[in-house]
Amino acid sequence: MPSNKPEFFETLLLKGGTVVDPSSNRNEKADIIVDGDTIRQVGTIDASSFSGKVIDCTGKTIIPGLMDMHVHLREPGEEHKETVESGLRAAMNGGFTAVCSMPNTKPAIDSLSQIELLRKLSGGMLTDLHPIAAVTKGREGKELTEMGELAAAGAVGFSDDGSPVLNSGLMRNAMEYAAMVGRCVIDHCEDPDLAGGGHMNESLQSTYAGLKAIPSISEAVQVARDVLISEYTGCPVHIAHVSTEESVRIIRNAKARKIAVTAETCPHYLVLTDEAVRTYDTNYKMNPPLRSAKDQAALIAGLKDGTIDVIASDHAPHHADDKDLEFSAAAFGIVGLETSLGIVLTELMGNHQFSLVQIIELMSANPRRITRVPAISIQQDQTASLTILDLGMKWTVDSAAFMSRSVNTPFNGRELSGGAWGVVNNHQVFVK
Amino acid sequence: MKITLTHLLGLEGVSKQDITTILDTADTFKNVLKRPIPKVPTMKGKTIVNLFFEPSTRTRFSFELAEKRLSADTVNFSASSSSVLKGETLKDTIKNIEAMRIDFVVMRHGAPGSAKYLSECVNASVINAGDGAHEHPTQGLLDMMTIREKVGRIEGLNVTIIGDIKHSRVARSNIHGLISMGAHVGVCGPATLLPRDIRELGVTVYPSLEDALADSDVINVLRIQLERQKGGQFPSLREYRTLFGITGERLQHAKKGITVLHPGPMNRGVEIDSDVADGNASVILDQVTNGLAVRMAVLYLLAGGRSKMEGDSNAQ
Amino acid sequence: MKVKAELMSAEAITRTLLRLTHEILEKNHGIENLVIIGIRNRGDILARRIIQAIAEIEGREVPLGILDITLYRDDFQRFSETAVVQETEIPIDITDKKIILVDDVLYTGRTIRAALDALTDFGRPSLIQLAVLVDRGHRELPIKADYVGKNVPTAPGEEIAVQLFETDKEEGVVLLQPE
Repeated sequence: MPSNKPEFFETLLLKGGTVVDPSSNRNEKADIIVDGDTIRQVGTIDASSFSGKVIDCTGKTIIPGLMDMHVHLREPGEEHKETVESGLRAAMNGGFTAVCSMPNTKPAIDSLSQIELLRKLSGGMLTDLHPIAAVTKGREGKELTEMGELAAAGAVGFSDDGSPVLNSGLMRNAMEYAAMVGRCVIDHCEDPDLAGGGHMNESLQSTYAGLKAIPSISEAVQVARDVLISEYTGCPVHIAHVSTEESVRIIRNAKARKIAVTAETCPHYLVLTDEAVRTYDTNYKMNPPLRSAKDQAALIAGLKDGTIDVIASDHAPHHADDKDLEFSAAAFGIVGLETSLGIVLTELMGNHQFSLVQIIELMSANPRRITRVPAISIQQDQTASLTILDLGMKWTVDSAAFMSRSVNTPFNGRELSGGAWGVVNNHQVFVK
Repeated sequence: MKITLTHLLGLEGVSKQDITTILDTADTFKNVLKRPIPKVPTMKGKTIVNLFFEPSTRTRFSFELAEKRLSADTVNFSASSSSVLKGETLKDTIKNIEAMRIDFVVMRHGAPGSAKYLSECVNASVINAGDGAHEHPTQGLLDMMTIREKVGRIEGLNVTIIGDIKHSRVARSNIHGLISMGAHVGVCGPATLLPRDIRELGVTVYPSLEDALADSDVINVLRIQLERQKGGQFPSLREYRTLFGITGERLQHAKKGITVLHPGPMNRGVEIDSDVADGNASVILDQVTNGLAVRMAVLYLLAGGRSKMEGDSNAQ
Repeated sequence: MKVKAELMSAEAITRTLLRLTHEILEKNHGIENLVIIGIRNRGDILARRIIQAIAEIEGREVPLGILDITLYRDDFQRFSETAVVQETEIPIDITDKKIILVDDVLYTGRTIRAALDALTDFGRPSLIQLAVLVDRGHRELPIKADYVGKNVPTAPGEEIAVQLFETDKEEGVVLLQPE
């Protein structure tokens, strides 16, 4: 039974791995010495003169540490589903050195004291926590939070995720104010009237299933609105969990017009479609819902041509009490931190010929750029935030082995090819 | 002869042969119902629980009577839908059923897929008596039995379902069953009440009621729910009647010999007029009788389908 | 299973049915109020033949009934995989009638028990008598036939196979034993 705890080190030598890092234009065999939280040396290193901890990385690939910019850690309020500690361990196990937590906890993360709480809870963990704070107080969609102070205290973005910012006037103000303090608004795009209290995508599949359905346009109309506000104000906006072909098209057009819109999608939209919902298995229930094959193809094309900047997991832990129910009564969301990378490597690299450099852009560089988290680079004197991949590893998802407190995944038993073998960050190393 | 099912969760995917077996068996049970003592001891000692999470009079009575005609012991459980909104009731109730030795569960519930969910949790055979807008298989079967009885066949007939297709479990079960049996299925109703991509099921969408009536050998008229008006899905019952109501006058221009079904309860004067409902084309009361026979057949066949072949053949 | 002994030929069946017919007529003093009811499958065929024989003797047909006892079996659970429910045809009110119940083989008695239950759901006959082509013994219920074509001692595990022209290619009764 491998330990689920990382190991602290003074100095660390990663020996014999292949280093791939677009920021330093590196794709070669190289050893790395890490001194505390800083990279001391990259190159061919004689191990005999080194007295610290040595890890043999032969056959492994070392890349800049991955960041998942959309996770739900449930603390405070629903610690039985996930805590900051268990969520960050799950992130570590999944190959992430940083995550952004969404503020829809109970209570919502909308004040300095809440940001301070998260900072304390995440202190000393291998994986960094960069909180996203609410756009509006209590996520009620009425009054703006104190974005200036929240940003200064460490909030890397603002979102009422779980709910959209419905009021367009308020959304305009939020985007302008957030831009002033150097942050962007991350919008959960969903028109609730079009969504109609639905539980799955509206399609032939919902016609079969008889479930209330959410049309793709319930997302896209709000993406279009956000793009227009962004164009008008010149302020950035980030579209969370894009799931539809229409959204991809709108964002592609917006980018062609140099509008400051960025977007993310999630691994499950790349490998599952609404056909899976026909089983009424509640692990296929998430919001936005699984869409059609046509949407899936558009998302993959959007990732390929840069329309979609980021892959984030939308890690949403739920207890069995919220999932072991009839479909319409079950909670939305699935855990994703510990399957995200494996699915991306298997699907995008294995089946869609993405390069590892593209994956690094989608899962490390771009999330940091959008959230203004300092960029990382595998070079001397830079911050040591590293993910070590085993690209040849064949493995089977086993939710029982998750470090997350929740196991609500549709991927249990799925065979994947390639995944995280280890992570290095904050004076700590974790390898499998 | 037996059917390949252990539960009846819906008619989607049920073979023509299984449906035919059920309908043939139901024909026999219809004769049992005509006997001086319309009851047989077949399911003596079997326990059936009728779980109704949504108000229902007709379906519940029909199932209960079918069970009693087969000499089964029945237990009824009804819950108001309000206490079920969060779902705990279903889950807790299922746990209770597991603890008692129940052979069959007949369930109506507002959540689509709930019958399947139940079937995954209990050892008993589950019969779906309506799960939200998903399926209502015994209604589909009794409609087909009634059509077969009246017209003499199902294959090749044009059968059109009229009304709120989107929210109708009756429509879905009819579509799946009728297509299996080789009928041409049409639908006709307000554009707002047709489900997405319905044509991909192999169904004809009629733009107007007149077109539908001119083509159809059989029409199945669905009940229109007033809630849909409040939900902004059609303007008024008055206009619904004007555009989609089956009136005697309209029926005069319909295909000759047309048969009219309605799953009940009817809104007379809205989706169907009394002169149609009570007229010669109507088989609405036959549907009720056939419902009883079909439910007996389903119970009988599911009980058989679960048993193991054993013993000597000379026990006659 | 293999054939252990040929018990009756086609001719023997015909002769036996004729004898049973005479016994029925003698015991009931004619055909007044008589109804012949055969149990599916094969009992109904024997019933038809008996009615034919009566018609030849008495010059008049008595009513025929056909009983499917599937829904009345106490072994429903064990055998329902093959239990096809077939039509029961009792064309007249059987109340106050003399019923001659006809079956091919009498064995445990459970089929007859089921048939008696079924009959009482159709009315209250003045009497019910039982006629069988073969009685092989091993009764599990206190049931006895009024008219027996042939008594055949059998061992458990053996089977009696009755074949009739109407449903089978050949006609005859054989005793089968396990190989």
